[in-house]
Amino acid sequence: MAIISFRSDEIHCKVVYYGPGRGGKTTNLITIHKALGHQVRGELLSIDTAGDRTLFFDFLPMDLGTIGKFRIKISLYTVPGQVRYNDTRKLVLKGVDGIVFVADSLAARRHNNIESFQNLKDNLIEQGKSVDTLPVVVQYNKRDLDGTKVPVMRMEELERDLNIDHQFPAFPASALRGDGVRETFKKICMLTVVDVSGRLLKEKGVNISG
Amino acid sequence: MADLVLTKQVLDQIDEILTDVIEKSGAHTVLLIDKAGQIISFQGAMDQEKVASLAALTAANYGATTAIARLFGEEEFTLLFHKGKKENIHFSNVGEEYLMITVFNNSTHLGLVRLELRKGLEKIESMFAENLRDWFNA
Repeated sequence: MAIISFRSDEIHCKVVYYGPGRGGKTTNLITIHKALGHQVRGELLSIDTAGDRTLFFDFLPMDLGTIGKFRIKISLYTVPGQVRYNDTRKLVLKGVDGIVFVADSLAARRHNNIESFQNLKDNLIEQGKSVDTLPVVVQYNKRDLDGTKVPVMRMEELERDLNIDHQFPAFPASALRGDGVRETFKKICMLTVVDVSGRLLKEKGVNISG
Repeated sequence: MADLVLTKQVLDQIDEILTDVIEKSGAHTVLLIDKAGQIISFQGAMDQEKVASLAALTAANYGATTAIARLFGEEEFTLLFHKGKKENIHFSNVGEEYLMITVFNNSTHLGLVRLELRKGLEKIESMFAENLRDWFNA
């Protein structure tokens, strides 16, 4: 649910990084935070547990510049991935405008990916939303482990599990190294802004680029 | 939830109410946010970055408190108050989807803040009637 202000000509959108625990959602945000200049991004806020897992969420507000006369502001959130924190995930998902699903490429985490994606669908339905109507980008993280001794799933296998119809744009990534993070982020921002502006045009007759 | 479109006129009216609360209560910052953590209006002298964090954390905090309320068979707790050595913060529900945050220090009193806040909330709620969104989007 975006907020569109006609006084300051700003559009505020909310993007949530979703996925199984220890999949690299927070690392994505840290990488984005490091890569962007201070004039673009705000402060990265994290509520961590002692064992470097996200307890509640991470939050990173940013200013993407202007489209037409509108300033685009995006708030990035992550959810806690562990299964038992579902109440918290539902809270963070409230009012979401775009989703990045960060999947873990480790073969041992296959089940967690599938379970988390199903959980995302279930939680969206409770809000009256769906992955079919919201902008969603899938990221296959930890690709840097491909070719090492650690068993990693192939991209095609991951696609088959999570994105069988190639419905969502998908990117291989190594959040730790920074590969693919920018591509994922740019894509979700673009899709989200297009989606929000499309609704605005349809419902209010306002063309943001005009 | 539909998008929330805010016209200049609506925002001016909200700002006027928030400014009035600040002047009469002695609080230094007042914010109106939605329960997704996005800022609708903010009056006061707080760093913009901190305001964004405050809104995100408040929405989460409020959500967590609502979950606690449900454990006790309550629908929700309609107000929250945190007391510090110097700064205090008060949260209250505005309609179904919004929250008002008031930050004040020891130069004023909780009672006065709550009194003035109540008046401000009544103004906002009576303006917005049942559904703020319809009013915002009208």
